[in-house]
Amino acid sequence: MEVSREEILHIAKLANLVLKEDEIDEYIVNLQDILNFANIVNDAPVEDLELSNGGLENYNVFRKDEIKEFNDKEALLSNAPEKEDNMFKIPKVI
Amino acid sequence: MQKANEIETKLKNGEKCGEFAGIPIGIKDNICTKGVKTTCSSKMLENFVSPYNATVMEKVNSENLINLGKLNMDEFAMGASTEYSSFKKTSNPWNLNKVPGGSSGGSAAAVAAGMVPWALGSDTGGSIRQPASFCGVVGLKPTYGLVSRYGLVAFASSLDQIGPITKDVEDVAILLNIIAGHDEKDSTSVNVDKKDYTKCLKNDVKGLKIGVPKEFFGEGINNEVKDNLMQAIEKYKEMGACVEEISLDIANYSLATYYIIACAEASSNLGRFDGIRYGYRTNNYENLKDIYRNSRSEGFGAEVKRRIILGTYVLSSGYYDAYYKKAQKVRTLVKKEFEKAFEKYDILITPTAPTVAFDIGSRSNNPLEMYLADICTVSVNIAGVPAISVPCGVDSQGMPIGMQIIGKHFDEETILNAAYTFEQKVKFREKYKPQFNK
Repeated sequence: MEVSREEILHIAKLANLVLKEDEIDEYIVNLQDILNFANIVNDAPVEDLELSNGGLENYNVFRKDEIKEFNDKEALLSNAPEKEDNMFKIPKVI
Repeated sequence: MQKANEIETKLKNGEKCGEFAGIPIGIKDNICTKGVKTTCSSKMLENFVSPYNATVMEKVNSENLINLGKLNMDEFAMGASTEYSSFKKTSNPWNLNKVPGGSSGGSAAAVAAGMVPWALGSDTGGSIRQPASFCGVVGLKPTYGLVSRYGLVAFASSLDQIGPITKDVEDVAILLNIIAGHDEKDSTSVNVDKKDYTKCLKNDVKGLKIGVPKEFFGEGINNEVKDNLMQAIEKYKEMGACVEEISLDIANYSLATYYIIACAEASSNLGRFDGIRYGYRTNNYENLKDIYRNSRSEGFGAEVKRRIILGTYVLSSGYYDAYYKKAQKVRTLVKKEFEKAFEKYDILITPTAPTVAFDIGSRSNNPLEMYLADICTVSVNIAGVPAISVPCGVDSQGMPIGMQIIGKHFDEETILNAAYTFEQKVKFREKYKPQFNK
C-alpha cells in the first residue's frame, strides 16, 4: 500500500489539520504500515454478510420533542475562548 | 474533604446517606464532572470545565460517593499505555519503570496503589481490561448499552462503554449496580430490567460450560502469559466446570476492523473541536478557517492526529468501500462467530493482553506495535458483549497477568460469578502485592 505526499496533504485538509514537514513524513510511513495490516479485512469471508453499525441490533429511539432549557449560560460560555455578551465570538466571515 | 465532612455530619445526625456513602472514587478524565476540569489528558481541553455531569456522575453523587479526583489517561482515550497523555506519565505500581496500560491507566494504577478502592474507566477496545490486567486489579467492560454514555467524551461511539475498575470482583458488582441503567439522554442505552449484580456471586462454577478459543493462545502471546492462563483453566476444571478448546478465528480480523471503525468514528467525533465554543484556540489566525485548522493542529497530540488522519482516509472517496464498508461486514462476521460460540458455551476465556506491562518508552514510537496490545480485547467491543479482566498470577519478574472472561449480551452475572469463584480459589490479592520498585 503506497500513500503519496499529495494524498496525506489532501486528507489533512479534509480533516482541518495543518501538518508540519516532519509530521507528513512520519504519517506517510505510519499510514502505510497500518493500512498494510488493515488489508487483512479483505481476506475475511464476508461476501454474503450484511453491514453492521454496532454490536447490538439497531433500532430508532424517539423521545418527545420538548424544549428543555439549560439555564447555566454562564457555565456554558465560561469555556469559550472569546465571547461578547451572551455570544461566542469569531473573526468576521463576510 | 468538604463532602466527607458533610456525610459524616449527616451520619451522626442519623440521616440516611446510602449504603456506600463516603467511599472514595477516582474518575477517568474523559467523564464529565460539573465544576471540575475534564481534560481528556489533552492540551485541547486543558482548561475545560463541564457545565453538566455525566449520567454516571449523577449516580455516583446520589450514592454520596466522594470523587477524590480525575485520573490520567491516553489523550482522548487513544492508546494502550497512558504515555500519550499530554500532561503526565503514569507508572505501574508493580514496577515504576513499566507502563500501567491504557487508556484507563490512571484508573487502574490508582486502584492498584490503594489510592482509591474504586475507579471508573472507559473501554473502546480494551481500555478498562488491559490496564486492569497490567496493574493486577479487576476491570469490567459492560455490555454496550448497559451503562449510559451521556457525558463521556466520545471517541468511537459504537464501541465506547464506561465501566468499573476495582480491587476485587465483589466491588465491581457493587459499582456496576450503581452505574448501570437506562438513560433517555443516551439513545443507545438499553432499557433492560435492573439487576442486583452481587446476587450472582455464588462461588460455584460446577457445570459451567467454558470455551477456550485456541487462536487467542497462538503466535504473539507471551509464553508465561499462556502458561499462567492454562493453569487458571485447569483450576476451573478442578472446580467442576466443563472446559473445551474451540476455534474462534477472529482476532486478527478484529484488530484491523477495530482500527478502521474506531478511527473513522473518532475522525467524525473529534470534528467538534474547532476552537470556537470551548477548548484550545490558536493565537495564530487571521480568519475563521485559520482558527479551525491551527487550533486543531496545535491542540491535538501526535497519536490523536494520526488516528484522525487514518479515520478520514478510510472514510474518503475511493477507500470507503475497501476499508470502512469491508470493516462493517467483518463486524457482522465477528458478531456471528460470538453468537455461534455462545450457543454451546456460557463463557469464553482468553488472556486479557498478549504480554505483561511493557517498559515505559519501549513502544511509544511504534504505533502498530502499540495497537497489537489490544489484540485480545477489541473483538469484545466490536460484538458489544461484556468481558471482565481478573488477575490470575504473575510472571517470573513479578508482573501481574490478567485473564479475560467474555459473556453473552447482558449476561454480566455469569462472567461476574465465574471471575468471583476463581478469585476465591486463587486468592491473588493475599499472595501478591505491588512493590512500587524500580
